[in-house]
Amino acid sequence: MISMDTRRWIESWPVFRQVAEHDPFGLGAAVKSRRTDQLEPRVRRADEVVKSVCPYCAVGCGQQVYVEAGRVTQIEGDPDSPVSRGRLCPKGSASLQLTTGDAREYRVRYRRPFGTEWEDLDLDTAMDMIADRVISARSTGWQSHFDGVRTRRTLALASLGGATLDNEENYLMKKLFTALGAIQIENQARL
Amino acid sequence: MAECHPVGFQWVMEAKARGATVIHIDPRFTRTSAVADRYVPIRAGADIAFLGGVINHVLNSETYFKEYVLAYTNASTILTEDYADTEDLDGVFSGLNREDRFYDFDTWRYQGGDVRPASGDRSDPDERPHVRGRVRQASRGEAHGSGGAAASAWPETDDTLQHPRCVFQVLKRHFARYTPEVVEQICGVSQEQFAEVCRLLTENSGRDRTTAFVYSLGWTQHTTGVQCIRTAAILQLLLGNIGRPGGGIMALRGHASIQGSTDIPTLFDLLPGYLPMPHAWGNEDLDTYVRAETVQKGFWANTRSYMVSLLKAWWGDAATAENDFCYDYLPRLTGSHSTYETVLAQLDGTCKGYFLYGQNPAVGSANARMQRLGMANLDWLVVRDMVMIESATWWKDGPEIQTGEQRTEEIGTEVFFLPAAAHTEKSGSFTNTQRMLQWHHEAVEPAGDARSDLWFTYHLGRRIREKLASSVDDVDRPVLDLTWEYPLRGSLDEPDAEAVLAEINGWDAEQHPLSAYTQLTDDGSTACGCWIYCGVHADGVNQAARRKPGQQQSWVAPEWGWAWPANRRVLYNRASADPDGKPWSERKALIWWDEEKGRWVGHDVPDFIADRPPFFRPSEGATGPAAISGVDPFIMQADGKGWLFAPAGLVDGPLPTHYEPQESPFPNLLYGQQHNPVRQLLRHPENRYQPSGDQPGADVFPYVTTTYRLTEHHTGGGMSRFLPYLAELQPAFFCEVSPQLATERGLEHLGWATVVTARSAIEARVLVTERIRPLEVQGRTLHQVGLPWHWGPNGYTTGDAFNELAHLALEPNVHIQEVKAMACDIRPGRRPRGPALRELVRRYQERAGITDETGTEV
Repeated sequence: MISMDTRRWIESWPVFRQVAEHDPFGLGAAVKSRRTDQLEPRVRRADEVVKSVCPYCAVGCGQQVYVEAGRVTQIEGDPDSPVSRGRLCPKGSASLQLTTGDAREYRVRYRRPFGTEWEDLDLDTAMDMIADRVISARSTGWQSHFDGVRTRRTLALASLGGATLDNEENYLMKKLFTALGAIQIENQARL
Repeated sequence: MAECHPVGFQWVMEAKARGATVIHIDPRFTRTSAVADRYVPIRAGADIAFLGGVINHVLNSETYFKEYVLAYTNASTILTEDYADTEDLDGVFSGLNREDRFYDFDTWRYQGGDVRPASGDRSDPDERPHVRGRVRQASRGEAHGSGGAAASAWPETDDTLQHPRCVFQVLKRHFARYTPEVVEQICGVSQEQFAEVCRLLTENSGRDRTTAFVYSLGWTQHTTGVQCIRTAAILQLLLGNIGRPGGGIMALRGHASIQGSTDIPTLFDLLPGYLPMPHAWGNEDLDTYVRAETVQKGFWANTRSYMVSLLKAWWGDAATAENDFCYDYLPRLTGSHSTYETVLAQLDGTCKGYFLYGQNPAVGSANARMQRLGMANLDWLVVRDMVMIESATWWKDGPEIQTGEQRTEEIGTEVFFLPAAAHTEKSGSFTNTQRMLQWHHEAVEPAGDARSDLWFTYHLGRRIREKLASSVDDVDRPVLDLTWEYPLRGSLDEPDAEAVLAEINGWDAEQHPLSAYTQLTDDGSTACGCWIYCGVHADGVNQAARRKPGQQQSWVAPEWGWAWPANRRVLYNRASADPDGKPWSERKALIWWDEEKGRWVGHDVPDFIADRPPFFRPSEGATGPAAISGVDPFIMQADGKGWLFAPAGLVDGPLPTHYEPQESPFPNLLYGQQHNPVRQLLRHPENRYQPSGDQPGADVFPYVTTTYRLTEHHTGGGMSRFLPYLAELQPAFFCEVSPQLATERGLEHLGWATVVTARSAIEARVLVTERIRPLEVQGRTLHQVGLPWHWGPNGYTTGDAFNELAHLALEPNVHIQEVKAMACDIRPGRRPRGPALRELVRRYQERAGITDETGTEV
């Protein structure tokens, strides 16, 4: 009589399993190693799956953002999306690297006039300095009339960009800059 | 499309699997060509000649969709006797002012009815030509992106289409010279291949079948860009392919919310919802603005309601009927103030401070060198981005430092780099290329100093308002009276994006959310930040965040996101039914008139007045939506019809015409007029143009270069060159050349080549490939050089920027640069380093005899 151990040993042979488990070519469960068996999707431990949209082109593929312990751990296509049906292109598939990659800057950098290097600057200070510069440039470039007609504008301020941003961001930008009298407000519409 | 919008392309492949024929027309053989049924190589810059040839074929062979054309287009409308065509004037239209380089449109009019010029070309209140030219430059054509400009609502017509001045006959005459022989000579497309495309298009259009066109910047980045789309629009109207399922002309756009940032525009010439920015001449107060911008018929007749509601959203209680709802708070235009004029303003010292929000002009904008020189002349620059793009670092290591033209310690620009939040770190909506808004939710808060642009803009505005709070200067009232209170959330005081969306949607006097733009009023009782987005927050619900799985919905998927206007997915879909309201065929049914219910019903939301019967005819003199007849599908157009002939709205002609690019090795075979006569030229020593056609010196730049994108990179590279995965997939800047050109110029595969124009010279790795085919054009062989535009000096993969080569000669309606077709030279080896680079460019200019006048003829 074959002992249980021997039996288990024989039954663990891939060739035995190929026959016993109806996997004659050894392409399925019969050849799965213990390590493979224990592998799990990296998204399984996510605390939360957040619905999102790919930030690259304007097709608008659906994305699912996996969050674990307050960090984004994976971004995948959203199968629910009638636009993309779960697919992402090479760029969309690289979104995790876009959002969490090493190239990202997380600190304000400041270059003073005629400076040769970046310097550190506190965000609050930077915001205050920028607000001062906007007020000053606005006033320097103020033009109440042009060629005899009323213009009520400033030509010293300009802004470029918006097509990679949200509608709500574009809205506040247009609203604020227009109220300031700035007209040279443009984005990537021609690119 | 397979290259740049691969996931969208799955639907083309679905259609192909169901029997659709896919035709790809492109100078370069791409992943799209590889799976298309037909691939047609074409000379860059020859698209209007090609499409014009198809129009000529359709008219001659009478394969247009007769019932559709007669009922839904302006084919039968009669023009005034004053109109003169390019046929009469050797390539220009009547009204050309050669001295000030603009068109007077008075002669491009319908006969009869009220012929007062409206929207696009409205109001020439000032008789001085230079002022009229300035009004033209302010993109009066671009305003009305959500619909058409105005024309007379009740013109004379001839339903037999025989009147010599009816649009149909004018169209026939205009395109008669676009023969297959001419197409072959201009485009380099054989007559056999052209005939086959014509056959496939016409056989696949009509009651039972529809054809769609898909385009991108390959059509738009030309000095004739808008007219190129117009040519396709004329063709699609003739074939009955607009407003019907499987039809249309699809613009595939390259940024996640490029559509949204046009609808809610960070653009100089527009206010939200395609309301034009006020012009200093003719828009002095609310009444003159409304008079100038309103049309008689259709939904643009309610311009006053849209404008007053916008002013109420921005200035709240301060905006009253007595003070014109603060209309006077708006700054005025006096000409073009596009991004390229802004560069000139930086160079001349007028523009002192510059914000960059996720855009990288140092490599991504045309004539990149001028962009950097402009930034080097600023007082201060604020760069908001996720990575250290070239626009943030040019003062340290840019090309002008390399050539020795500039020294870091002599550049006075103060630079602030503020790290931006990623899309996963903020909530908000993107509007995709199909006009559909989709909400993305914040997954985590941004780390370190990274903040959303919503945060930056809100808190910047808050600080400015606090600093100005005690001001009594009238100039500061618009800032201080601005409605700027948004709920703040989280540990970073992030403004609530949904509260901003609610303002965009609008509310009534009781602060209840509006559900449709038809509720907007002009008495100040409604506020709405963008009238075409009204309904996106209907019932106080974020409609853009709807995510009912596609599998659980119809093929229209109306409950995924929200499309403007009114969640309609196919614009002008009234045209999917015949004049009696029945689908043209069961196979192509989309919406139809339900006699019993007395309403339009169907798969999509009807883009029509829901209860207006097909047999309804307005009484003469009716205005606004009441003037829309039951057979006027184009409800935003002043006459309710699709425009074969555009009597208004375009500054460079009512019909498309083939002109050669600003820089072309060929003369214009069709007319004596070489270029678009009203193209916008920016004269500057750093923006020299090359000679063209038969002019002496044109042979110094014998090849055509065109630029394009790769699947693995994104625009100027700021979101791709800094990612190791993507950098590895496309690791080097390269030029694509044919084996024949490689032999002609001694270029070695995988070696280096230098490409030269009158602006600069760049180097690229050589990719010798049959993907770029030599073409026979006007009796000689033309070689084209392909250059992707994603590169720059920073990131994991680096290379010269294509935009160093590009000039600024702009399309006159929308000020787009002509980077899709320029003339160049190519030579083996790397480009010179140091001062020798500028010396090489100078020598080329000298050889070609280039002066400040070259290429600037009308």
